[in-house]
Amino acid sequence: MEKRVIFHDRWLPYLLVAPQMVITLVFFFWPSGQMVWQSVLLEDAFGGNSKFVWFDNFVHLFSDSSYYASARITLVFSFLVASIGLAVSLLLAVMADRVIRGAEAYRTFLVWPYAVAPAVAGVLWGFLFSPSVGVVVWLLRGIGIDFNYVIDGNQALLLIVLASVWNQVSYNFLFFLAGLQSIPKSLIEAAAIDGAGPGRRFWDIMFPLLSPTGFFLLVVNIIYAFFGTFGVVASLTQGGPAKATEILVWKVYNDGFRGQDLGGSSAQSVVLMLVVILLTVVQFRFIERRVHY
Amino acid sequence: MVENRPFVTWISHIVLIIGVLIIAFPIWMTFVAATHDQATMLRPPVPIWPGRHLFENIQTVLTSGYNRPGAVPLYVTLTNSMVMALGVAIGKIFISILAAFAIVYFRFPLRQTCFWAIFVTLMLPVEVRIVPTYGVVASLGMLDSYSGLIIPLIASATATFLFRQFFLSVPDELAEAARVDGASPMRFFWDILLPMSRTSIAALFVIQFIYGWNQYLWPLLITTKTSFYTVVMTVSRQASVVDTVPDWNLLMAMAMLAMLPPVLVVVFMQRQFVRGLVETEK
Repeated sequence: MEKRVIFHDRWLPYLLVAPQMVITLVFFFWPSGQMVWQSVLLEDAFGGNSKFVWFDNFVHLFSDSSYYASARITLVFSFLVASIGLAVSLLLAVMADRVIRGAEAYRTFLVWPYAVAPAVAGVLWGFLFSPSVGVVVWLLRGIGIDFNYVIDGNQALLLIVLASVWNQVSYNFLFFLAGLQSIPKSLIEAAAIDGAGPGRRFWDIMFPLLSPTGFFLLVVNIIYAFFGTFGVVASLTQGGPAKATEILVWKVYNDGFRGQDLGGSSAQSVVLMLVVILLTVVQFRFIERRVHY
Repeated sequence: MVENRPFVTWISHIVLIIGVLIIAFPIWMTFVAATHDQATMLRPPVPIWPGRHLFENIQTVLTSGYNRPGAVPLYVTLTNSMVMALGVAIGKIFISILAAFAIVYFRFPLRQTCFWAIFVTLMLPVEVRIVPTYGVVASLGMLDSYSGLIIPLIASATATFLFRQFFLSVPDELAEAARVDGASPMRFFWDILLPMSRTSIAALFVIQFIYGWNQYLWPLLITTKTSFYTVVMTVSRQASVVDTVPDWNLLMAMAMLAMLPPVLVVVFMQRQFVRGLVETEK
């Protein structure tokens, strides 16, 4: 889409885009270029010597079993975060769409978690599940479950899933609610007159009409689980115990900054970059289709 | 509602109330923990009703920080977070509204190139390119500075797209009238476009303020001096110190203060927030 009426000026437009372009070039293209370049270099940890090694870093990466382990954890983690998060928020949104009284109040209480930083969300859930004083751990012990995320890998993964879902539920809820409210009431009424009950109306009318929103949220949630949850992992488990919660983005940071393996970390970043590009393209293809819906 | 089914309505309310209780529970427990003294918080089970030490705890963390060596008073980190969040929000809005104005209202060589260059920044979140970006900032001498905290984060495509979308919906007649009356492009921008964009700016401000405030990894990497620490990274860092029993009352008082500003923004600017959320994703 283009404007019909435009202004004419030789230098002004360049002046106007200059701040954004300078910042994009310096803080986006320069480091991204370096990242790609570093992924084909072998550098010793103290700087100085670096050697061009073609795709050795990638070969190394894809023959590294700990990388596959990390990828597997990331897949399980994102699947759980996306599916639980979408299911819970869809349920809440459908219920909030039904009620007339108090809908505003419910919404106010449900949007809070969005404002909480993932890193702080991690701290809050760490407190609830603290092995020594956590109130939930105490309750679980009452019914005979021993929960200690500091030593049990599966429980640690479960905890970061819970904290991440909690952090993302408000976002999903708002989008589902907006999607539900944009469904024409006449469709629902027509179905009701034909004798369809609430459950039937949901599955046959609302759910299909919500599927564009649902698909969009699925992509957003996967991106969130891949990258946005860094703070949760950092506050709660730091990838542990025994790498049970080492998701890919944590591994990039851990290998690059703590392990000082710049080439390997850059190669991992390049792989992640391809994942994001793929997801973004899928999303945009789909949004274009939605416009012609 | 298309029909009256009191039973289903009741179920809806019950589900929502359970949902709200579960969602609010971590925040309630944070508040409760911040109101007790240290001894109470070390004895399980911890209380679920508030105690009497709230102001004492808040005063302690604000003035002397968490009870550990090298602790920073929280008022310092809160100020830094405020500077960073405002800087990110205002900076993003400033550079993107100008860029969107140029891209929509002018034709110039390299226009498509600029558009695509901005567009691809969507593809790479800062967490992915963190190591090389750190290198660039270090070589520019911007470690331990507000400019280092803010500027690398304000290059983003979402705000530019939002303004572009909005400008495209502005009727052409307005620009035409301005041109006929002999107004310069910047005059048109200031007197017509900017006032019309007020609601978009407010919506974007809310989203970007939260984004800036909640940054964790970036400030963690580029600050080494305590005087530049932000509050979110301080809370998380204290929580993840291994092998020590945290002073939960102080830690949770800190966490509460760390989430208070963005929560207030979301609750009191809810309309702008919802709008901003839905529109930046278009």
